[in-house]
Amino acid sequence: MEQQELIPHLFRTEYRKITAVLCKLFGISHIEIAEDIASDTFLLASELWGVRGLPENPTAWLYTAAKNKAKDYFKHNAIFNEKIKQEIKRSSSDISEIEIDLSDKNITDSQLQMLFAICNPSIQAEAQIGLALRILCGFGINEIADAFLTNKETINKRLFRAKEKLRVENVKIEFPPETEIHNRLETVLTTLYLLYNEGYYSSSQDVSLRKDLCLEAMRLTHLLLENKITNKPTVNALLSLMCFHSSRFEARTNQQGETVLYHDQDTSLWNKELIDKGEYFLNLASNGTKLSKYHIEAGIAYWHTHREDIAEKWDNILLLYNELLFIEYSPIAALNRTYALAMANGKEEAIIEAEKLNLKDYHLYHLLLGELYTGLNNIKAISHFEIALKLSKSTADKNIISTKIIKCGGKPAE
Amino acid sequence: MKDFLFVFRNDSLSQPKGSPEEMQAMTKKWMDWIGGIAAQNKLVDRGNRLDGAGKVVRPNNVITDGPYSEIKELIGGYTLVKANSLEEAAALAKGCPILTIGGNVEVREISVM
Repeated sequence: MEQQELIPHLFRTEYRKITAVLCKLFGISHIEIAEDIASDTFLLASELWGVRGLPENPTAWLYTAAKNKAKDYFKHNAIFNEKIKQEIKRSSSDISEIEIDLSDKNITDSQLQMLFAICNPSIQAEAQIGLALRILCGFGINEIADAFLTNKETINKRLFRAKEKLRVENVKIEFPPETEIHNRLETVLTTLYLLYNEGYYSSSQDVSLRKDLCLEAMRLTHLLLENKITNKPTVNALLSLMCFHSSRFEARTNQQGETVLYHDQDTSLWNKELIDKGEYFLNLASNGTKLSKYHIEAGIAYWHTHREDIAEKWDNILLLYNELLFIEYSPIAALNRTYALAMANGKEEAIIEAEKLNLKDYHLYHLLLGELYTGLNNIKAISHFEIALKLSKSTADKNIISTKIIKCGGKPAE
Repeated sequence: MKDFLFVFRNDSLSQPKGSPEEMQAMTKKWMDWIGGIAAQNKLVDRGNRLDGAGKVVRPNNVITDGPYSEIKELIGGYTLVKANSLEEAAALAKGCPILTIGGNVEVREISVM
């Protein structure tokens, strides 16, 4: 790898490790110092490597540089010294020589513990995702802003407030006690699920960025599976769900970056390896006694890896959506359930049920009704598609809806 | 929104003893009906079926098997829903599969203690 590519690559893989380890060592209230030291390390690398050429082992070089920078910081910052030494004192007997442990085990443990610290119920979900992207995934502020379709300032403010909150709440970077694992893990899984969805369903045009978000969510979920304490059936179910969804990544956008709907996808582009992995984790997920929403969603995603619309497929998907709604209502689940009802029991029944849903301000509601009326009553279909078009915000959605209007014999939108 | 209880009643003697396929088809109808209520965000608790066997405890330590010997309409299960009014709750009950096999649904508003 050339140096211009190597540094961004290492930044993505190593920044988060150095930050997590340092932050674990310093305590959450000094999270910025950990970030600064990690950033400075990369700055130094880009200066020196350009002049002297690449070191033999760039990663080891970065770790040594980070350690030295941390030690320099101790020497030159008296206030920091006083405060942090006290914190470190608790875990280390000899404070004169602080050990910065960048071993694989400590890196993994630190990242997992940071994950629990960041996914703290006291912080808003959006901020949790932002912090996770910044600190655990090494994303730049610009990238996070792009992913959330907002600007740098908003993200900076959001992250700043979230860090303040962690400080005020005095959140510890540690594994939650065994008795609390279940509840705390739930928050972590929600964040990882949202992080994944942010990538999978985001209206951001940047396809590779969206894919990165999904891969990062999968990597962090996998991190949970690598540890005995957190390797729970629900975590396996979540990863299974992510694998099944990701299997369609190559098929769901075309060369122009436009969305290709499920039924129009080229199945030869579906990733067989990820489908197999999804099945593997789904099997592991069935070891528990509790049926979580991730189990059910993984089950739904599993049936979607079968392209043919056989009766068994849609009967099962409908059943699973019913179950999902019993656990937790969401507008998306209600709409998808109604679509499954149409596929399993026929459009007429689904239309009656759809009209009972109180989701008339939602573009997807009208998209669904348009879909159900298509072929039965194209005039009604078009009028629903037109409302959907007005209510939708993303260009990708608008394009899809316009195509549907034309297919129904309607006039293309202005 | 207020909570309402659906009580499902059916004549135990007239209940069809269907084939496994028929039973499965009936289960699907129940699931689809309750799923439809859940999709409207009006389900509180899907409830449960009640087993046929039971006992009735009366004053003076009198315990009888039952209650089927005394009432024709056996309670077969219950579900909790939420709605704005008794009328709206009753409307939700209209699609209940028990109505197709001669049973009925009693809809009662829950008065919170």
